[in-house]
Amino acid sequence: MKQRTHLLLSIASIVLLVAIIWWADGNLNAYYTRIANTAAIYIVAAVSYNLINGTVGALSLGPNGFMALGGYTIALLMLPVMQKQMVFFLEPLIWPFSEFSLPPSLYLVGLIISGIVAAIGAFLIGWPCLRLKGDYLAIATFGFGEIIFVLANNMLFLTNGALGIKGLPELTNLWWSWGMAAATIFLIKNIVNSSYGRAMRAVRDNEVAAEAMGINVTRIKMLAFVTSGFFGGISGALMVMLISTISPTLFMFTMTFNLLIIVVLGGLGSITGAAVTAVLFSVLQEVLRTVESPLNLGFIQWPGIPGMRMVVFSILLILMMLFYRRGLFGSWEFSWEWLLSKLRRKEVPQCQQQTNK
Amino acid sequence: MLKVDNLHVYYGGIHALKGISLKVDRGDFVSLVGANGAGKSTTLRTIVGLVKAKEGRVEFEGEDITNKPTHEIVSRGVLLTPEGRRIFPNLTVRENLMLGAYIRKDKADIAADLEKVYDLFPRLKERQNQKGGTLSGGEQQMLAIGRALMGRPKLLALDEPSLGLAPLLVKEVFEVLKEINERDGTTILLVEQNAYAALKLAKQAYVLETGRIVLEGTGEELLVNPQVRQAYLGVSS
Repeated sequence: MKQRTHLLLSIASIVLLVAIIWWADGNLNAYYTRIANTAAIYIVAAVSYNLINGTVGALSLGPNGFMALGGYTIALLMLPVMQKQMVFFLEPLIWPFSEFSLPPSLYLVGLIISGIVAAIGAFLIGWPCLRLKGDYLAIATFGFGEIIFVLANNMLFLTNGALGIKGLPELTNLWWSWGMAAATIFLIKNIVNSSYGRAMRAVRDNEVAAEAMGINVTRIKMLAFVTSGFFGGISGALMVMLISTISPTLFMFTMTFNLLIIVVLGGLGSITGAAVTAVLFSVLQEVLRTVESPLNLGFIQWPGIPGMRMVVFSILLILMMLFYRRGLFGSWEFSWEWLLSKLRRKEVPQCQQQTNK
Repeated sequence: MLKVDNLHVYYGGIHALKGISLKVDRGDFVSLVGANGAGKSTTLRTIVGLVKAKEGRVEFEGEDITNKPTHEIVSRGVLLTPEGRRIFPNLTVRENLMLGAYIRKDKADIAADLEKVYDLFPRLKERQNQKGGTLSGGEQQMLAIGRALMGRPKLLALDEPSLGLAPLLVKEVFEVLKEINERDGTTILLVEQNAYAALKLAKQAYVLETGRIVLEGTGEELLVNPQVRQAYLGVSS
């Protein structure tokens, strides 16, 4: 009975999401559509990043590397062959990418391949790194992101260097971005609630005790890392196909920093937190553009300072650390059960009022 | 069942175990007693592979398990409840217990065992949806033992289960251990500072001092041994 209600509610919410996207697809202007797309992509990136940082509790600073891997993969797969010859004029693109490209109808295949490439990257970097703990893991994964950046700048035959790859078909629309966001949340939520997820949370709580339970700690961390890499790669691919261009600077460390802000503000380990804050972050990033533009308040002339947004975010983060150490949501998760019990609690006093009358 | 032969362990330059040899038979209740720093916990941790031995051999059911990865040793049926009630504070009581059965795949039996643990510790059933960290010290210790039982261990190794518990709870914990050993036939290897209780329960016991075994015998023998009485039971002979 309970499960049936929850299933019905889930189906209803999916229908609602589809209805909203259907409406938004025709009615929002380009600017708002862009924000909505970015928000969904940030959800994919933040929820997957949260799996390794929040659920397993291993501080990784390399999600920008995964996103870059996914981004370059999709760019090489989807750029039409004609376009490839024009873009790669410094050094020709190597075979086999120079000879083929996927038609737009196979976008999903491209996205999945991007995810797989990023997951392989995660596996290769995780192999030596996941034996490290705490700060060392952070430094090693940070290095990974930087290595990808340097490689992207110098492997002209694959990435076209600092010039980047332009002229990609704009395939990411609201359906793709929000569809992927919903799929990511659904899949990662199921992983977290499975026995593997339980093992991940056990590793975060106490590594020695987890080991004493027979959990292969390195393997569990690897599982989280590779899953996180897979969805990270997809988010990078979605972003590239949204703005139709990729260059090494797109996925610099600032991207990791943004994601870190999102998962810490949302509450480490909370999928709900990561998803909600990802949306808040994307919206705030646009709203806060006003602090970067010159302002004339009559008595004071405020010059436009590019980068002021990040200052505001940093201050927010510091305030958070001081007053809301566990983040907006802590480790709380949204569930139908919670919603239903909230609704019921509201109904109870109403009934009492009626009887009082 | 378990045979430890001439075990040597070093922590950096410190020679922590200087040739420990002991034997645990199936269905046995074996206690290791001794003062702080005698090497009791180190012995347990070396057996389950959390600490690596430099020399010596650990054999379980006739197979060499020396320095094998812990998860492999656990899957053979040796489970350790670590010192200081290392439960998972942010997981619910139920999730904690289910983690004990992590290496098992038989879902129906796991559910039955969960009920058995709840029978043994009714308190845990009342609090099954509460986070482990919100339990009291005694409840956490019960959770730690219950969690280990969920793995259906052939050999249950306990590190200081009475640490930091009120005397009444200590008694309760030891009674449960006795019950597990006698009723279910689980072999128990117990490390305790509470020498009196540990010796009283033990069929076989070893006394450790600075990394060596200085005495061994049945629990009863050691209880009346004048040396033991003076050093560990606080009785002048």
